[in-house]
Amino acid sequence: MKNRWRVLENKIFVRWLSFVSIVTMILLLVFFLTLLISSWPAIKANGFGFLWGKTWDPVANNFGMLPFLVGTLITSFLSLLISAPFSIAAALFLGEYYPKGLIPNIFRNVIELLAAIPSVVYGFWGLYTVAPLVSKIEMKLHMPAPGVGIFTASIVLSIMLIPYSVSLIRQVISMTPVALKEAAYALGSTRAEVITKVIIPSNISGISAGFLLSLGRALGETMAVTILIGNSPEIPHNIFSPSYTMASVIANEFTEAVGNIYLSTLIEVGLLLFVVTTIINIIGRIIIKRVSY
Amino acid sequence: MTPYDIQGLKGRRIKDKIFTSMVWLLTFSCLAVVFIILFYIFEKGIGSLNWALFSQNPKPVGETGGGLLNAIVGSLMVVTIGAIIAIPVGVSVGIYLAENRGRKLSDRIALAVDVLQGIPSIVIGIVIYVWIVKPTGKFSSYSGSIALAIMMLPPIIKNTEETLILIPTTLKEASLALGASYFRTTMKVMLPAGIGGIFSGCIIGIARIAGEVAPLLFTAFGNPALNFNILKPVDTIPKVIFTYASSPYDDWHRIAWGGSVILVSFIILLNTIIKIFESRWKVQF
Repeated sequence: MKNRWRVLENKIFVRWLSFVSIVTMILLLVFFLTLLISSWPAIKANGFGFLWGKTWDPVANNFGMLPFLVGTLITSFLSLLISAPFSIAAALFLGEYYPKGLIPNIFRNVIELLAAIPSVVYGFWGLYTVAPLVSKIEMKLHMPAPGVGIFTASIVLSIMLIPYSVSLIRQVISMTPVALKEAAYALGSTRAEVITKVIIPSNISGISAGFLLSLGRALGETMAVTILIGNSPEIPHNIFSPSYTMASVIANEFTEAVGNIYLSTLIEVGLLLFVVTTIINIIGRIIIKRVSY
Repeated sequence: MTPYDIQGLKGRRIKDKIFTSMVWLLTFSCLAVVFIILFYIFEKGIGSLNWALFSQNPKPVGETGGGLLNAIVGSLMVVTIGAIIAIPVGVSVGIYLAENRGRKLSDRIALAVDVLQGIPSIVIGIVIYVWIVKPTGKFSSYSGSIALAIMMLPPIIKNTEETLILIPTTLKEASLALGASYFRTTMKVMLPAGIGGIFSGCIIGIARIAGEVAPLLFTAFGNPALNFNILKPVDTIPKVIFTYASSPYDDWHRIAWGGSVILVSFIILLNTIIKIFESRWKVQF
C-alpha cells in the first residue's frame, strides 16, 4: 500500500516538473497572444498609420505613436552611447587588467550595487541632481530650461545600464583564449594593442550582444524615464527637448484611459514593446550562448 | 630613429599609458557615481526616518506629517505572496532543466527563461491586468503578486539549475540505488545539498522585485488606507515614491526620501545576504 503511494507520488512529481517547465516556456507565447487579442480593436481602428502618425490625441481618438517611437529610440541609443565607454573600461578593468584579487572583487560588488537601486529611486535622484544641472546647461545655451527631457533621462538611464553591460561584457572578455593574448604579447605588442587589436576584435560579437541586451533593457525601462523625460507627446526638436517613451506613456495613461480604443491602443504600444524586446533578447542570448562554449 | 625606438616604440608605450589611465579613470568614475548616488539618497533620507514614518498612514494633501505604514505593509504583502507563488514553480523548473540538460526541449525552455528576464516589467503589468484585473473588475494586491512572481522566476530557475548541476551524480545514484524514488531522492538528497544556491536564487529574485513599480501600476494600484486584504488594492513603497516624487509638496518629497532609504537599505541587505551565502554555502565536492 505504502509502496503504491510512493510510485504515485513519484509519477505526480515528474508530471509536475514537465508541466511547469512547459508552461514557463509557452508563457512568452501566451503573453504575445494576450497582448495581440486585447489590442486587436486598436489595430483594426488605427491601421498601419499608427506607426508613423504624428499626433497623439486621445480625446479625438486620433492615435499616432511616432513621437513615442522617436523618443524611445533617441533616449535608449543616447544612454547606450553615454554608458559604452564606461562599461567597456570597467569590463576591461575587471576582466583583463585585474581579473582576480580582493580589490577588484570589491570593485565588482560596488558596481553591482548600482543594480540594487530601484528604477523609481533613480528617477527621484535624477530629478533632484541631474535635472538642475541640465537646466543650467540649457540656460547657458539660451534654451527653455525645464531640466527634464531626453538628455536628463538618458544620463540617468546610462548609469542604470552600467552594472548590466559591465557584467555581460566582462564575462565575454575574460573568456578570451590565453594563447591568443600571449601570441600578441610575444610579437611585442603593448597591452593597449593587445586589447584593441586582439581582445576586442576577437570578442566583437559577444560585446555587441552585451550592448544589444542593454539596449533591450533601455527600451523597456519605465519608471526613471517617466519621471525625467518631461512627458510631452511631440516629436523632439533636439536632445534637450521634453519627450515621451513608449513605456512611460503606458505607465502614465493606462489607468486613466477612457474608452475601449484608447486602452486597446496603449496595449498595442505594449505589444510593440514586447515584440521588439523579445527579438532583441533572443538574438542577444543566442550570440552570448554561442560565444560561451 | 635610434635602435632603441623600434617601430616608434616610445610612441606606442605612451599610447599604452594613456589607454591604461583612461581605463582607470573611467572605472573609478563608475565607482564614484555609486558613492555619489548612495550618499545623496542617504543624506536626504536619513533625516526623515522617524517613528511616524513606520507607524502612521499618509495624511491627506495639505496636512504635514504622516508616514508609510500602509505602503510598508503593502510591499511586504505583495512581495511575500509573490515569493510564495514563484519559489515552488521556479525551483521545479530549475530541477527539470538540471535533470534534462542537453535536450532540445530544455534548451528552448532555458532560452525562454532568459528572454523572460528581458521582458519590460510594464508589459508584464499589462498582461496581468488583462488576465486578472479586467475580468474581476477591480485592482487587487494578489494580481500585483502574480505579476511580481513572473518577474522573480528567471533568477530562481537559473540559480537552482546551476546549483543542482554542480552536485555529483554519484550522490543521486547512491540514493536511487538504495531504492529511494526519484521524488524522494530530489527532496531528501538533491535539494538539501544545493540549498545554499537555491536560497540565494530566491533572495536575488526578491531583491529584483522589491523596488518594482511598473508591473504594480495597474495591478496592486495603490491605496492610501492600511489594508490586509489580498483582494483589495494596496500601496507599496516604490509606488508611493513614484507618486510623491511627481508631486509638488515638500513634505511628500521628504517622505519619499525616507521610503527610498528604507527600500535601498533593504535591497542592499538582501545583496549582502546573497554574498555571504555564495561564499559560505557554495556547493563543494
